[in-house]
Amino acid sequence: MSEDIQAGLAEILEEVAGVAPADATPEKSFTEDLDVDSLSMVEIATEVENKFGVAIPDDELANIKTVGDAITYITANRG
Amino acid sequence: MTPIQLKTGAPGARILGFGSYRPRRRVTNAELSEVMETNDEWIQSRVGIAERRWASEDETLVEMAVAAGGKALAASGLAPDEVDLVVLATASLQYPIPGIGPQVAHRLGIPRPGAFDLNAGCAGFCYSLEMASNAVRSGSARNVLVVGAERLTDVTDQSDRATAVIFADGAGAVVVGAADEPGIGPVVWGSDGDQHSAIEMVAGNDGKMIMAGQTVYRWATTKLTATLEQAMAAAGVGPDDIDVFAPHQANLRIIESMHKKVGFPERTVVARDIVTTGNTSAASIPLALSALLESGEAKSGDLALVLGYGAGLTFAGQVLRLP
Repeated sequence: MSEDIQAGLAEILEEVAGVAPADATPEKSFTEDLDVDSLSMVEIATEVENKFGVAIPDDELANIKTVGDAITYITANRG
Repeated sequence: MTPIQLKTGAPGARILGFGSYRPRRRVTNAELSEVMETNDEWIQSRVGIAERRWASEDETLVEMAVAAGGKALAASGLAPDEVDLVVLATASLQYPIPGIGPQVAHRLGIPRPGAFDLNAGCAGFCYSLEMASNAVRSGSARNVLVVGAERLTDVTDQSDRATAVIFADGAGAVVVGAADEPGIGPVVWGSDGDQHSAIEMVAGNDGKMIMAGQTVYRWATTKLTATLEQAMAAAGVGPDDIDVFAPHQANLRIIESMHKKVGFPERTVVARDIVTTGNTSAASIPLALSALLESGEAKSGDLALVLGYGAGLTFAGQVLRLP
C-alpha cells in the first residue's frame, strides 16, 4: 500500500516538478534534495488531493519535509 | 400615488478607450538583490518578474491616476463634460479620507461627476468595470471613467522578500460608454471572506501588508478556473472565441496554470505584463491590456477574458470587446 502511494507520489512529482521517479525515495527532502519550491508544494498538495482524496491544508503542508513525510500523511489520512 | 420614474439606459456598454501610466523608475531583480536576500533566479522562478516600476515621490496616486485617466479620455474621443461618473479602484490609498476619485475627476476637467473610490483589492478594476457598465445601462451615467491606480510600495514591507519583490506601482484606465452591441459581458464575481487574512495590512507589521503566498496560490489555481469558465458561459462564448487572456498580473505561474487549465487555442494572446511591471493590483489588467494594444499583439475588436482576484479575498471576471 505504501508502495502504491510512493509510486503515485512519484508520478505527481514528475509531472509538477520534473523529478525523475527513481529519485522520489522516502528519505529525500522536497526542498533540499529535489529542488521543489513552496509553490510547487502547493501544486503537489492539489494533485495529492485529486489522486488520493487526501486534502493537505497549508499548516500541515509546512510540516511535510520529505517524501516519507508525505507518504505517512497520506497513509494516515486516506479514508 | 405618483410613481417613481426611472431613466432609460443604453442597451449595452463597451470600453471606448484605454490609458495607462507607468512610473519612470525601473527596478531590476539585480538591484533588489543588493538590498535584500534574493536573486534573479529565485524571483524569476517563483513569480516570473524580471523588473518592476516603482513610483518616485512626485508620482503620487492622484498624479498617476490623472495621467492614465487623461489618456483614456483622449483615446475615447470624448470631452470631459461627457463623463458623468468616475470610479477609482485602489487599495493603497494611505489616508482614505477623502477618497481621490473626486480630485482626479476635477484635475481632468470633468465637471462635478459622481465620483468615488472602490476597494476590492486586486479585483478592483473588474468590480469597477461592472459598476461602470451598470451605470451606463441603467441611465445613471452617459459615460464612466474607470481608473485602477496603486502605489503598493507605500504599503509593502521592503524587508519582506516574499512581498517586496512582487508589488509595484502604476495606473491604468478605461472610459466606458453606451453601445448597441454589448462590449462588456456579465460579471461573475464573488468573495471568500473566510480567507480575509491571506492578504492584509496589520498593525503589528507597521501597517504594512503581509501575504500568505501558498494560501493565495492554492486558492487562485484551484478555485478560479471555474470563474473563468462561468464568465465565458455567461457571455455566451467559449475558450475558442477568446483572442486575449488578461488575468490579474499576480504571479506568472498562476497565469500559466490558469491558461493551461482553461485550454485556450494556440492563437490566444496571453498577457504577461507582470514580467516587466510586477504586481500592480487594481491597475494590472488595464496596464496589461494597454500594453498589448500598443504593441499590436491585441487589436480593436478582439474578445478579451479578464479576471481580477486578490485581497478580501475577492474575485471578478468578465468578457470584453477591445476598443
